[in-house]
Amino acid sequence: MSGLLLIPVVGPLLVAGVLLALPGRTRLHRVGAFTTMTVVLATGLALLAWTGGGALAVLRVGGWPGSIAISLAADVLSALLVTVTALVVLCCLVAAVGSGDDSRPYFLPLVLVLAAGSGGAFLTTDLFNLFVLIEVMLVPSYVLLSLAGGAGRGGAGRVYVATNLLGSTLLLAGVALVYGTTGVVGLGDLAGAARDQPTVAVAGGVVLLALGVKSALVPLHDWLPRTYPVASPVVVALFSGLLTKVGLYAVIRIYAVVYGGDPGYRWLLGAVALVSMVVGVLGAVGENSMRRILTFHMVSQLGYVLLGLALFTAAALAAAVYYLAQYIVVKAALFLCAAAVRAGRGTDRLDGSGGLAGQRPALALAFAGAALSLAGLPPFSGFLAKFLLLRATAEAGAWLAMTVAVLVSLVTLLSMLKVWSALFTGDPPASSSVAKRIGPTLVGPPLALAGLSLAAGLAAAPLLMLADTAAAGLRDPVDYVRAVTGR
Amino acid sequence: MSAAFVVGVLVAAGVFLLLRPGLLRVVLGFVLLGHAVNVVLLAAGGLARRTAALEEVGPDTADPLPQAFVLTAIVISFGITIHLLGLLRRGAGGPAADPTGGDADADSEGDGGEGGHGTGRRR
Repeated sequence: MSGLLLIPVVGPLLVAGVLLALPGRTRLHRVGAFTTMTVVLATGLALLAWTGGGALAVLRVGGWPGSIAISLAADVLSALLVTVTALVVLCCLVAAVGSGDDSRPYFLPLVLVLAAGSGGAFLTTDLFNLFVLIEVMLVPSYVLLSLAGGAGRGGAGRVYVATNLLGSTLLLAGVALVYGTTGVVGLGDLAGAARDQPTVAVAGGVVLLALGVKSALVPLHDWLPRTYPVASPVVVALFSGLLTKVGLYAVIRIYAVVYGGDPGYRWLLGAVALVSMVVGVLGAVGENSMRRILTFHMVSQLGYVLLGLALFTAAALAAAVYYLAQYIVVKAALFLCAAAVRAGRGTDRLDGSGGLAGQRPALALAFAGAALSLAGLPPFSGFLAKFLLLRATAEAGAWLAMTVAVLVSLVTLLSMLKVWSALFTGDPPASSSVAKRIGPTLVGPPLALAGLSLAAGLAAAPLLMLADTAAAGLRDPVDYVRAVTGR
Repeated sequence: MSAAFVVGVLVAAGVFLLLRPGLLRVVLGFVLLGHAVNVVLLAAGGLARRTAALEEVGPDTADPLPQAFVLTAIVISFGITIHLLGLLRRGAGGPAADPTGGDADADSEGDGGEGGHGTGRRR
């Protein structure tokens, strides 16, 4: 079983290498990319089935002993994220066929490398390998951002590369400080170290700060709305599903394992979470293009997940894991709707004529579902996620957090209504070939993802059980530590 | 002590260059910052022990792990520096006034179909 852990990392990298050697053969690239990501998805599901009961899969590459091996490990949280991101990548690949993005040179190999880096980052058990795999993920994203973007991508590309390079430099410095203070970089060896020794806590703080840049938490978020909206919407959907989520996953894992959930830092996490929620949602108010609005909501929604981590009760962590998993799906669905809108109208600004609901009802259905889920209305998964989180805040007596979370949800709903009324209602333009340009490959993926959100809301029991298992593993990481260190 | 001094100077120079206008200075600033972090990594393994870890391991044997870390980090930062220089080259033909380029609003009508031409050439 543990051999499967190599597939999400090595599989896409190998295929990407082969495809890079055969440029310009779009059909071959498509077959290679789809097959690889389907295999990764199947691997994720197999890992999920294996780890769902609380078991762990650990692989020490090359058979070296625990502390010097390159270790990969999957608990239920890692397996869940590998599965969900593989699914999102597959949907983005379908949409890329429809929008024509995937005929750009090297698009599909770059996406595969991106997927390999994020899959590896979810599975690694080592801070330095985390740094390396985040770089593996970021390097193709630098190219993708400027490859398939609109005007202004040169400048945005520079901001994006500069911010992420600064974040990576900081991350590496943090890893160096952790190694200097402890002599190890493995998560298992570092278990509880930051709780027991203040020097390690400072070094770990540098790591967390760098990961905060990567996951665009306020006040380190400003690069995100400046850079994402210039990229092609399909690329933004990919980025939103993979990049910031890896940063957030690493924050969750490091706080749970290395800091041992130290209560002394929870006020800080809670403050960052609340400020992210408010700043993100207010930033979206003044925007007038679909991608820009959705990008600001990313900042806001990540705050909800972080709020669950800040509370650190079993219920709050389970809510955070469920929230994160369903949010990746919902946000990808919304960005893929934006991709379809842009393919049809040539722009995703809100100033043009509307009427898409009459012309493409399936697309309107997908957007409506995903938007309601983002705002947290039943029966979608977003409602259940917010409900669980609010119940956890109430149980913990965090009334301020609860109030903020409810208010931010309302503003999110208003924001989604703004997009709906500008693009989907009203009369379509007289001479319209808009609908023709939105083919089934553009409507299908967001519709499927929105349907998945509905399913995760209506039949939530399996996902909730997985989230509970993951939360138990985060609150008491002794099994994870034992499996990773081999002691 | 000497390592701390070197790191301090490199970080100061790197941050100074990062805050200057012009992408070339930013790139050079990142190069200096990267060197500073590499020195931190090496210092984390202890600079006093210098014997190569090839045959027998004694008290003077250097810690090989930070050296491997630094090697990896150098390769990565080299690649990204080249990419930044490529971005610099592409924007070279344009007007000087685009140091940060936060003009994300420029996603105008009708840019959807064409991907081939870079900003530099269009100007």
